[in-house]
Amino acid sequence: MAETARPLLEVRDLTVEIPGDAHVYKPVDGVSFSVAAGEILGLVGESGAGKSVTGSAIIGLLQPPGRIGGGEVILAGERIDQLAPRQMRRLRGKRIGLIAQDPLTSLDPLMRVGEQLIETITTHLPLSRNEARRKALGLLEEVGIPDPERRIDAYPHEFSGGMRQRVVIALALCADPELVIADEPTTALDVSVAAQVVELIKRLSRERGMSVILITHDMGVIAEATDRVAVLYAGRIAEIGPVRDVVLTPRHPYAQGLMSAIPDVEDTRERLVQIPGTMPRLAAMPTGCAFHPRCTHAMPICAQVQPPLVDGVACHLYSPAPQAAIAGAA
Amino acid sequence: MSDVFVEIDAVSRRFDVSKPLVTRLIHREPKQYLKAVDKVSLSVVRGETLAIVGESGSGKSTLANVIVGLLNASDGSVRFDGHLTSEKSGRELAPAIRRRMQMVFQDPYASLNPRWRVGAIIAEPIHAFDLARGPDVGRRVGELLELVGLHPDDAKRYPHEFSGGQRQRIAIARALASEADFLVCDEPTSALDVSVQAQILNLMKDLQDRLSLTYVLISHNLAVVRHMATRIGVMYLGRIVELAPAHELFATPRHPYTQMLLAALPDVRMTGRARTKVSGEIPSPINPPTGCHFHTRCPHANARCKSEVPALLDGVACHAVHEGRIAPMRVTASA
Repeated sequence: MAETARPLLEVRDLTVEIPGDAHVYKPVDGVSFSVAAGEILGLVGESGAGKSVTGSAIIGLLQPPGRIGGGEVILAGERIDQLAPRQMRRLRGKRIGLIAQDPLTSLDPLMRVGEQLIETITTHLPLSRNEARRKALGLLEEVGIPDPERRIDAYPHEFSGGMRQRVVIALALCADPELVIADEPTTALDVSVAAQVVELIKRLSRERGMSVILITHDMGVIAEATDRVAVLYAGRIAEIGPVRDVVLTPRHPYAQGLMSAIPDVEDTRERLVQIPGTMPRLAAMPTGCAFHPRCTHAMPICAQVQPPLVDGVACHLYSPAPQAAIAGAA
Repeated sequence: MSDVFVEIDAVSRRFDVSKPLVTRLIHREPKQYLKAVDKVSLSVVRGETLAIVGESGSGKSTLANVIVGLLNASDGSVRFDGHLTSEKSGRELAPAIRRRMQMVFQDPYASLNPRWRVGAIIAEPIHAFDLARGPDVGRRVGELLELVGLHPDDAKRYPHEFSGGQRQRIAIARALASEADFLVCDEPTSALDVSVQAQILNLMKDLQDRLSLTYVLISHNLAVVRHMATRIGVMYLGRIVELAPAHELFATPRHPYTQMLLAALPDVRMTGRARTKVSGEIPSPINPPTGCHFHTRCPHANARCKSEVPALLDGVACHAVHEGRIAPMRVTASA
């Protein structure tokens, strides 16, 4: 998707720090990306890549002692990373909605679904209870809950897993936000239900012109739903670009490995391509490019210099300067 | 089919999910049962990987537990290499039979004792079945660790020092410690990241080739199953609805539920594969629909489907297929 005018959300050089005994750990280390209005951006990566922490940092929900250590988050031209908690609370839910992974924990089990929606609506919008209830009914209908008139007074446990996730999505839409952050919205669901939820998120983004940051470990969901995707590894963006490019012709060796490690129903290979080793721990981050100990293309420079993100990929294989430097040194 | 290794014959497993006695008496409610596995018959051929796929609540894990004897069958029988295993408790079963079937569990964070060193975890089956003594035990543990791609010195470490993928390797080493030749793997990679999942799946294939293992693989992930399985059984609410060689199931799925599952798969390679819309969710297994359990979501259901349970004939349990009302779906594999 072409970036027209000013993007809705801009994240510049975002760093998240967790102070430890001896070190300051950085689960997110210099991440930059933007999201255009109406665009669905995917953040994909394995456990420990920093994708959820990035999402939490954007909406100011970092778990203490985690904190934003540097960089800027800009929503529609305004910096929001330095807002006071009170201001952030007003913005969260109103301009940025959140869809969490587990619908069971993001709904109050003791409160009727309608009450939860009405409470959220009246918190953010100047509507009366009756108007809020009408809006809640409209939202339930919009997210595909059959018979909303009857279901609005049900408790969360009376819904199935997929329907419950739809309620959580309706809750995120209460104040008609410009941006929704969906953190693993399909992970707790069965395949057939997950497919329906992905469809729903796509439809809502299209109909409302709403931007979505879709955080997931599932490349399938990324391929189905997003316009652009950022592949995260050890707190940094390894590759970012239009989804077709990243999925079909990945350039970063990690992105390549990730794509070929996925078993697919349409492929009959005997063996899967495997990436040796695992994601490094925060306490033992390799020097240079964090992927170099697992990379089959690693060069001497990879252990020394962190590759910058140039033209959508952060890998020395694609930057002419360091290669010249190696040639010069040799 | 020749050389049947494990024969599962009309196995059912019920769970009592009744409310407490007093509540039942006050509200005059009868006892309630959940039929997790409902008259399932399968045979596992020596050396193959038989995969069981299904969504949550389909009964696949219960079936796995019944096959290895962690749960008793309410009805039906399981024969392992000709020996009836389902009517005996673990203690009654001859150790020579018992040691040959092992299980690999989903969550390697829960299946390994955090207070034991890895060496002790892997040595436990060796001691239990008296397969080695003295220094031979340590040597055997070292061999097993190497077999699964770890270092013999890892025996001295504790499970928390390992990543998820490494722990699953340890779990596989433990399963092989008793010289088992039949492994039931219940979602062995669903707690792992994809790059690690590929390592474990490749390891499982290598071990199968080297040690002539027979696998029953339980999974909700059709792509994993496609990669690993010789034959695939699709479960829905306790019953097998389709059973077919892996390539046939994916090329020409016959049961409407299988067709729906395949349609729901995300198109990772962005081939633009035709997809049909999925509707509905798996109903509660406590009160499953009458007749064919799938009729509430099936576009081809008629009166007979609502009342009569279809038998598994020729690999598919569906009236519409048997009556020739629907043809197999052709999935055009892209180049």
